[in-house]
Amino acid sequence: MATGGDDLKLLGVWDSPYVNRVQIVLNLKGLSYEYVEEDLLNKSELLLSSNPMHKKVPVLIHGGKPVCESQVIVQYLDEVFAGAGPSILPADPYERATARFWAAFVDDKVGSPWYTILFAREAEKKAEAAALIVAALETLEGAFRDCSGERGGYFGGDGVGFVDVVLGSYLGWFKVIEKMTGVRVLDAARTPLLAAWGERFAAADAAKGVLPDDVDKVLEFLQTFLD
Amino acid sequence: MAGEKSLVLLDFWVSPFGQRCRIALAEKGLEYEYSEQELLGTKSDLLLRSNPVHKKIPVLLHAGRPVNESLVILNYLDEAFPASPPLLPADPYARAQARFWAAYSDKVYEVGTRLWKLKGDAHGQAKKEMAEVLANLDGELGDKAFFSGDEFGFVDVALVPFAPWLPSYEKYGEFSVKEKWPRLDAWARRCGERESVAKSLHPPEKVDEFITLLKKHYGIE
Repeated sequence: MATGGDDLKLLGVWDSPYVNRVQIVLNLKGLSYEYVEEDLLNKSELLLSSNPMHKKVPVLIHGGKPVCESQVIVQYLDEVFAGAGPSILPADPYERATARFWAAFVDDKVGSPWYTILFAREAEKKAEAAALIVAALETLEGAFRDCSGERGGYFGGDGVGFVDVVLGSYLGWFKVIEKMTGVRVLDAARTPLLAAWGERFAAADAAKGVLPDDVDKVLEFLQTFLD
Repeated sequence: MAGEKSLVLLDFWVSPFGQRCRIALAEKGLEYEYSEQELLGTKSDLLLRSNPVHKKIPVLLHAGRPVNESLVILNYLDEAFPASPPLLPADPYARAQARFWAAYSDKVYEVGTRLWKLKGDAHGQAKKEMAEVLANLDGELGDKAFFSGDEFGFVDVALVPFAPWLPSYEKYGEFSVKEKWPRLDAWARRCGERESVAKSLHPPEKVDEFITLLKKHYGIE
């Protein structure tokens, strides 16, 4: 099992999809790292100096140098630790472009509404956002069919890839969203392939123990930011 | 020059996102067919088939296969044409920085659009944000010739298409880039001296005319 080489440190918040996807990739690649749980209501000096512009998590600090933005971090890890574990991005340039396209789609069309559901005060806005996520997942059902092809159970084919970790990082929240809005955004009746993929991904070793699975704990934690 | 390996760019004349691709293709010495798309009217079948999810330009067609999203296209060009001059640096840490700042540069357009579209408090908020964005970019550029150092590269390609929009944003935002961030102003001029940039960008007056057209289109006074 490869180690992190120069030390790896990850500044994060336990229930952030953006942090979770980095943790999943670190697990997939068998990299050891120090995890630092940040208090977003009382940000550490390290976080503020490592990400002065956005002051957000995740921040990966590798040998003392910070890398920000979760998708940038994932690609960085894939490039620096190319020998460690599976490649997160495929080798073929066209497939890489396709993976990047869908990853951007996920954070835009699932991520933005997710944020609205968490922080918008009006129930109507939350409901609208949940509907947007449903629509996005319907599109992703088609994308899954195209990406995984005959090859396997993931967007990345036989193994977990870039789109899997990006979309998969929201899985823990889908049950929370259901409790908050009454909408089951990921539903086997609507998107059977994606629903099966969701179970598969959440059960993967790299994701277990990372994705939040206690809905009430997440809601309680969220409340601390809303008060 | 048609054929299996041909490159076609579906684009719209004034789009800074399209211009990123035009500049990249020119820098890399890659021949391609430019295909102007109708955006305000009826979109072509080719565009709708190539980018069914967003129905937007730019779209790069390579041997008929579509690549969408300007920064994805830029990454793709580096990877699919490894013999051509690279846009991204070789070092992974430098690449991560370049990707971060290229993505950040999108904010210039996003905030700038709010500057000319919105009024009142929202406009005030956009003014504040634009100042932050430009200050951050100026800070990152520092005293370097280009964002990654001495060589024109990925971040420069991503950001420079917004340069002809800045005079309009200055007008709507009541600020002067030359006054507040002279290094950024000098950088824009320096980039403009490159053939790839000079040939791809339109003068600020044309951009401003286009904004006026868009305002009419959206019913904004």
